[in-house]
Amino acid sequence: MFAELLQYMLSGLTIGAIYALAGLGFSIIYNASHVINFAQGEFIMIGGMASATLTASGVPLPLAILIGCGGAMLVGVLVAKFAVERARNASTVTLIIITIGASIFLRGVAELVWGKDFKRLDAFSGETPIQFLGASMQPQSLWVVGTAAVLIVAIGLFFNRTLTGKAILATSHNRLAAQLVGIDVKRVVLASFALSAALGAIGGAVVAPITFSYTEMGIMLGLKGFTAAVLGGLGHGPGAVAGGLIVGVAEALGAGYISSAYKDAVAFVIILAVLLFMPNGLFGKRGTERV
Amino acid sequence: MKMLATTDLSPDTMSQARRVGPPILKVEHLSREFGGVLAIGDLSFTVAAGDIHSIIGPNGAGKTTLFNLVTGVYKPSGGRVLFDGADVSGMAPYRLAARGMSRTFQNLQIFFNMTALENVMVGRHLHLNTRLLPALFRFPSLVRKDREAKDRAAQLMADVGLEKYIDADAASMPYGALKRLEIARALASEPKLLLLDEPAAGLNATESREIDEVIKTVAATGVTIILVEHDMKMVMGISHRITALNQGRMLAEGTPQEVAANADVIAAYLGAAP
Amino acid sequence: MNALLHGRLTGLLALGAVIAVLPAFLPNNFYLDIAILAGFNAVVCVGLNLLIGYAGQISLGHAGFFGIGAYASGVLVGVYGWPPILALLTGAVVVGLLAFLVAKPILRLKGHYLAMATLGIGIIVSIVLRTESGLTGGPDGMMVEPFKIFGFELYGEKVWYWVVGVLLIGVVWLSLNLIDSPMGRALRAVHGSEVAAEVVGVDTARFKVLVFVVSAVFASVAGSLFAHYAGLITPAKADFFKSIELVTMVVFGGMASTFGAVVGAVVLTLLPQALTVFQDYQQIVLGGILMATMVFMPKGLLPTLAALLPARRRA
Ligand SMILES: Nc1ncnc2c1ncn2[C@@H]1O[C@H](COP(=O)(O)OP(=O)(O)OP(=O)(O)O)[C@@H](O)[C@H]1O
Ligand SMILES: [Mg+2]
Repeated sequence: MFAELLQYMLSGLTIGAIYALAGLGFSIIYNASHVINFAQGEFIMIGGMASATLTASGVPLPLAILIGCGGAMLVGVLVAKFAVERARNASTVTLIIITIGASIFLRGVAELVWGKDFKRLDAFSGETPIQFLGASMQPQSLWVVGTAAVLIVAIGLFFNRTLTGKAILATSHNRLAAQLVGIDVKRVVLASFALSAALGAIGGAVVAPITFSYTEMGIMLGLKGFTAAVLGGLGHGPGAVAGGLIVGVAEALGAGYISSAYKDAVAFVIILAVLLFMPNGLFGKRGTERV
Repeated sequence: MKMLATTDLSPDTMSQARRVGPPILKVEHLSREFGGVLAIGDLSFTVAAGDIHSIIGPNGAGKTTLFNLVTGVYKPSGGRVLFDGADVSGMAPYRLAARGMSRTFQNLQIFFNMTALENVMVGRHLHLNTRLLPALFRFPSLVRKDREAKDRAAQLMADVGLEKYIDADAASMPYGALKRLEIARALASEPKLLLLDEPAAGLNATESREIDEVIKTVAATGVTIILVEHDMKMVMGISHRITALNQGRMLAEGTPQEVAANADVIAAYLGAAP
Repeated sequence: MNALLHGRLTGLLALGAVIAVLPAFLPNNFYLDIAILAGFNAVVCVGLNLLIGYAGQISLGHAGFFGIGAYASGVLVGVYGWPPILALLTGAVVVGLLAFLVAKPILRLKGHYLAMATLGIGIIVSIVLRTESGLTGGPDGMMVEPFKIFGFELYGEKVWYWVVGVLLIGVVWLSLNLIDSPMGRALRAVHGSEVAAEVVGVDTARFKVLVFVVSAVFASVAGSLFAHYAGLITPAKADFFKSIELVTMVVFGGMASTFGAVVGAVVLTLLPQALTVFQDYQQIVLGGILMATMVFMPKGLLPTLAALLPARRRA
């Protein structure tokens, strides 16, 4: 009974950690540019595919991850520079379509480079399950959760302690004011895309041994990340992390106790239920619109 | 704020004793806070039907917030708003519009996705058939009334001096014209009570005078007007009564002469002036 | 060109003329089939444009409504033996009710929150269709009986071409009527400024719900007929990508332009067919075109073209 519950919680936290990273990526970009980047899932895919294929051809794992991460960051910056920044004043729908266009484009490139089949990446430290209070856990899960935790803390420090981080925050509060005090808001947008891409790519690399890598792996992960970000309240970093973990755990519980076929629906049922009562998500700002 | 002291205080409206109309709007102990800060605090006053009643006060006094509370755009934190004797506190703006209240906005709220004429035609909404099926199948009665609405909107535009913009896209019109467009749109709904939030802000002297005329003409047709305006010359010239606010609270109330002579009002304005 | 954007009669006549002469230029059923698919997409997009283009509300889940219509017809006719027209109407009513129920709470949401909610609804619908395989045939989809009415069976591309053509003209007519009415102005006012619409008496919530329901019903009817035409439906017709495709057609063609929605649907139905020549590069080219058009023509194809031509008298 308890062991079963714990088992579900553990697998939920593992996938939830990835959703949290993706959600954080959505939030960071949203803060800097008020754009929902539907290509966020492709960053995860790039990270997963690059590390799987590079290690397969003999590149050491850390280097493979680093290359994947760098590649994703470059892609992110390009998307920001050539698509998003140019369409700054376009409507919300238009911007959504631009980033969806980018994600289709990136999947197309990925298929060309890596092919359509599943790629395997060995678990980082073996596959001997760890026993824990009657539940068993893949060591890779620890890698996923640990990496996510480190990244999340690092991001927190980055936003609170560094000048670039503070510049991004300032831009999100008031773009014009930030511009006036001399912040280069264009660079801020580029930086936010790079940062989100890095988060996604590293997440993709650590989760690849569990999920396998394929060019469409980013689609659902990206949508769940969006759900996480909205659940927590768009632009609210800690909210996105909480949202990701909630979605991950709820999904695992739903799959375990209700129906595994409806696993993917859980996230969306939750978000609808929450938005019904909290139109700005769990932790979103609630101010009265000024007229 | 020299203006307060030197304005000629005997405008035509003041020269003879007016009959004071019955109250059309009563505000009772109204308050509204934003994040712990009171934008309006325990405010009570009455507007008599047929009056031009001005609300003055320095920047941030809470004038726009008061408008938002009265017109249902914001919900009060406390107190009541009575319109035509009925408690309408927190009632949705579209319901208040149906009861005969309309307004303009300090920060323009124009339908920039439409022509100027269509903007005013939206103002006829309450008087037209807005159901789905007649619209989908283009019932002749709907088309006929719509044509009348169009003529009426054009007439209203002419009344506020916008005849040359009738076919213009709202997005292509200058600021001063848009201010008037808002007035025409509000008038199209045939309100009993019209609230104007800084209709002359950003206009030059000539344009201000024209707005002044428009307001007087509208008032002459029996519409009660609540006016928020920083142009003291205009306020002193056309108001029957004035309520002065400061930091969300009532500072003074009375005829233009009384308010202009009020020491607190002068102090608040002098204090707020740089 | 302005007439194309705003003119009622001219536009309708032009559309009718194109639909009438087009078959003469289509060499075989393969092309006719593409034209029919474009027509179905156009019907959905005209409805969706009322919601997105005119009322300014996003929906990333409209394929869900298309899917419910399609499966209502597939299941009610195939499994329960209902007359197709009754199944179509039932699907439309069910979709209308569902849209009505979800619209009130979700249309309070703004911008990306609304995008999220509608996306969620669409995905849930497609997952249900995929999972309830007892009725729907699961991921592989289900066969759908032909459309029979008064003893006639609609069969073959030639017949369906005219059915869809007439349906499209009808839907465009309804849409043009709606836009040029007090309700249509109320919808556009909601897009322009909700608060300004409210203070002149527009019950903005009511009109948002109404237009959401109307656009959902258009999608459902198109879905039902599509199911009979295609003879096979799969959950992919209801999924996230189909929803995105529909929104893209609307925005690509030109928001707040009924004919723009038609043009967008036609162009983006043809495009993937045309792009098959690029083979492995197909997705790259498609994604690239989407990005480029939205970056360089954020208002969409038809309005951008119209702005290029010298402005003529407004209709
Ligand atoms: N939606 C809101 N959220 C938070 N604070 C608000 C909001 N609306 C008004 N306020 C605050 O309430 C106070 C009163 O503002 P209000 O706009 O009513 O002043 P005002 O008298 O209209 O000033 P002005 O003459 O500059 O137009 C201000 O401190 C303002 O910052
Ligand atoms: Mg104000």
